[in-house]
Amino acid sequence: MGSEPFIAVRKLKKTFHTHEGALEVLKGIDLEIDRGDIYGIIGFSGAGKSTLLRCLNRLESPDSGTVTIGDVEITALDKTSLNGHRQKVGMIFQQFNLFDSRTVYRNVSFPLEVAGIPKARIRTRVEEILELVELTDKINCHPGQLSGGQKQRVGIARALANQPDVLLSDEATSALDPQTTFSILELLKDINRKLGLTIVLVTHELEVIKYACTKMAVIQDGVIIEKGDVRSVFLNPKSETSKQFIKINDEFLKDFVVEEGGGI
Amino acid sequence: MNELLVLLIAPTLQTLYMIFASTLFSLILGFPLGVLLCVTDSGGIAPRPSLNNAVGRVVNVLRSFPFIILMILVFPLSRIIVGTSIGTTASIVPLSIAAAPFVARIIESALKEVDPGCIQAARAMGSSNRQIILKVLIPEALPSLVAGVTTTIINLIGYSAMAGAIGGGGLGDLAVRYGYQRFRTDVMIVSVIVILVLVELVQLTGSRIGKRLLVKR
Ligand SMILES: Nc1ncnc2c1ncn2[C@@H]1O[C@H](COP(=O)(O)OP(=O)(O)OP(=O)(O)O)[C@@H](O)[C@H]1O
Ligand SMILES: [Mg+2]
Repeated sequence: MGSEPFIAVRKLKKTFHTHEGALEVLKGIDLEIDRGDIYGIIGFSGAGKSTLLRCLNRLESPDSGTVTIGDVEITALDKTSLNGHRQKVGMIFQQFNLFDSRTVYRNVSFPLEVAGIPKARIRTRVEEILELVELTDKINCHPGQLSGGQKQRVGIARALANQPDVLLSDEATSALDPQTTFSILELLKDINRKLGLTIVLVTHELEVIKYACTKMAVIQDGVIIEKGDVRSVFLNPKSETSKQFIKINDEFLKDFVVEEGGGI
Repeated sequence: MNELLVLLIAPTLQTLYMIFASTLFSLILGFPLGVLLCVTDSGGIAPRPSLNNAVGRVVNVLRSFPFIILMILVFPLSRIIVGTSIGTTASIVPLSIAAAPFVARIIESALKEVDPGCIQAARAMGSSNRQIILKVLIPEALPSLVAGVTTTIINLIGYSAMAGAIGGGGLGDLAVRYGYQRFRTDVMIVSVIVILVLVELVQLTGSRIGKRLLVKR
């Protein structure tokens, strides 16, 4: 290794000021994510997962610290360059956040319109990406006519349309049933393989991490308490929270041990 | 019967003219204000609390002004804009000014109903504020916007009935002049019926367009 990671988060801090007072949500986060990783961030509700993820495309502005993606320091960008940068960072959400007034086609074309891509190229690109997520037959449907899983596929297609380098996923499978969850995770893995896309994935479900991620970090009360290869964290959890997470999911641990024994 | 019809033609056209023109101008004035109020709100996409407060206050003051007084107060303005302060065309000035703040609030609240998640997604895709307004806020709020415009037109039909006070003519004026002052109850009743039919038509069309937009989702 030695060289700089693709995504580097350094000493990131964020405090929310509410009527009830100040709430320090990120207390100096350090994180390094390599190109091509599927990096899982897990933690209990309120731990600061979404806030951390939202700092990566500056939907949330940190108070101090830096976020660097590639050679761009996100935390130092002005508004115009930030928008340009965001066009190259896809994001998917728990509630899908599709545009109800637009068809599937026009949802997926949205980021391309925003980026000012010519109409003719938009058509090809949208058709291509809808094929990838297997939704070609729904191209003229409105989101209201789709199932949750299909909606998230549209969300993924929309996030990937402008060929981003990074995909941020905030509990993208939390509103879906287990079977659909796995098909979406399978799609994300597929995309990661095919496009070499780096994925940062926030979740409170250990299954998701186990199924999809290569690296992981455990966040608690705004602090990263553990990080590393999924396998090593699973087999040798150091912190109480990780142990707690993994104890709840004892069976998964067994899976790992078996796989380990099988020499995978 | 024939005489009634002849009596009705001119006032009906005047009413339609007043409503059409004042709807148009109140939208031109009120729509941008509504967008401004939504966007600059503390939870909006470009918060400007002091500007929002100032505009909000002006809108509120204008909204609470009794229309009959407003009509007289804008005489000088009407003279500047249309060259006269009385008549059908002149009455479009107070009508538009009375409806504009109403439009602003209706547009504002329709736009505020748009799912914040959608706005956030647009933001995450690198949209500028202008793109968010034009590509997300307005299209997503369209059914509510249509309902708001429908209400505005219906309110304007009501207001336009008062235009007779400044020589604006129209159906309300006909009802008052013939029905009340000349004891022609039949004229009064028929004018009121025409007004009701207009309101009903507008409501029906508005609901239909709204429904069509929603079915497509
Ligand atoms: N805009 C905000 N203003 C004030 N407080 C906020 C804001 N956003 C988040 N918080 C608070 O910060 C804390 C962390 O929130 P965050 O959404 O990052 O948690 P999370 O780990 O994603 O939780 P969950 O699993 O429930 O989504 C919570 O206590 C939350 O209430
Ligand atoms: Mg969250």
